[in-house]
Amino acid sequence: MSDQAFVTIKNAAKSYGTLEVLKDINLTVQRGQIVAIIGPSGSGKSTLLRAINELDPLTSGEVWLEDVQINKKLPHRQYEAHVNQVRQDIGMVFQHFNLFPHLTVRGNITLAPRMLKGLSEADANKLAEEQLAKVGLSEKIDEYPSRLSGGQKQRVAIARALAMKPKVMLFDEATSALDPELVEEVNLVMKQLAEEHMTMIIVTHEMDFAASVCDRVLFMDQGVVVEEGPPSVIFQNPENERTRNFLRKHLSR
Amino acid sequence: MGLDFSVVPGFFGVLLMGAGWTVAITVCAGLLSFFGGIVFAVVALYGHWSLRWPFRGFAFLFMGTPLLLQLFLIYFGLIQIGIDLPAFVAGVIGLGLHFAVYNSELIQASILAVDKGQYEGARTLGLSRGQTLRKVVIPQAVRAVVPPMGNNMIALLKDSALVSVIGVMELTLAAQQAISRTYRPFEFYLAAAFCYYIVNLALEAGLRRLERRIAASR
Repeated sequence: MSDQAFVTIKNAAKSYGTLEVLKDINLTVQRGQIVAIIGPSGSGKSTLLRAINELDPLTSGEVWLEDVQINKKLPHRQYEAHVNQVRQDIGMVFQHFNLFPHLTVRGNITLAPRMLKGLSEADANKLAEEQLAKVGLSEKIDEYPSRLSGGQKQRVAIARALAMKPKVMLFDEATSALDPELVEEVNLVMKQLAEEHMTMIIVTHEMDFAASVCDRVLFMDQGVVVEEGPPSVIFQNPENERTRNFLRKHLSR
Repeated sequence: MGLDFSVVPGFFGVLLMGAGWTVAITVCAGLLSFFGGIVFAVVALYGHWSLRWPFRGFAFLFMGTPLLLQLFLIYFGLIQIGIDLPAFVAGVIGLGLHFAVYNSELIQASILAVDKGQYEGARTLGLSRGQTLRKVVIPQAVRAVVPPMGNNMIALLKDSALVSVIGVMELTLAAQQAISRTYRPFEFYLAAAFCYYIVNLALEAGLRRLERRIAASR
């Protein structure tokens, strides 16, 4: 695997008034790398993830995807066009799925490819079938989201994001809202993506999953990256006291 | 004096004509209240403050004063400043604007009720603001707004009786005319009530059908 930088975050900072939620964060993710971000609630991990696709723009600092700066300062109209363009390359999966309830599974998956990439109905349908097969839900193509379980919804949400053929996938606590017995089916889909060398940045509370799938783990607390390294180091031999305290609480469960 | 419904068929034509005008005014005012409601909602949600504030004042005026008074103002009041509207037009404008304000409140609420996650889900796929509104937010808002807006339309049909006071020959006034010729208020008011009921049944059936069609795609 090349060690060319793929996603780069430079000196990222974000504050709401006097409250600093991100303080001078630097992160480089290489192509095909899988990075987990862990840390207590309010540590800024979701904010950092949401800064990558400009859902929560940074106050200062830079975010790059390959050689494109995502958070370029541009006049309003150009900025909107630019952001809409770069977001097509960044898939995102949310804690609460955010499926469109008025559309079928097929409609959810084909909406963006049809509108943004001009796919024909036939091509879009084929794409939806492929992506659904990948997440193991082919038979649900004509169902509405309300008829799916949480795990199935999240797998559809992943298929919807993948249908845009993103370069990187962001997961914002993708399994946190699921019943325990539904977590595994989503984790399996994510593992499968990992095997296909999808570049992924995963905010998670599931330490076992982070340990088994990720190449690198970042521990964040109070807006800074306290410690980072391979999971073997972070989970078995963390240097920092804050990391140790956090893991003690989470691993003992 | 006993009831004698045998006088009613003689005025069947008058009542039917009145019912026709009631339907006409309801349809016209309904359309005005629907499209006006959309325009008002867009102004209230997305308009510049220089439009939004006058609109709020206007909305309070229409919601905080009696419809009857509004009709008097539009029909009798505007003549003084040189605007002489036919009674039917004045009635449509009064009823239409009054219900447009209520419809606008419903539309705003239904758009604001769409979860923030829906915007985020659409925008992260790369959809623009406009595309997100058109393909994701508005279709969901429409589903939420149809049942309460249907209730408004039923209320509008019933309140259309008020335009009788500015001389529109609709169902209520038609009944009154029949009464002034026969002195049979009970029979003719009952007949008029029956007509309103029939028209309302038809309207409700239409609304139910619309709701079913929308619910099917959920």
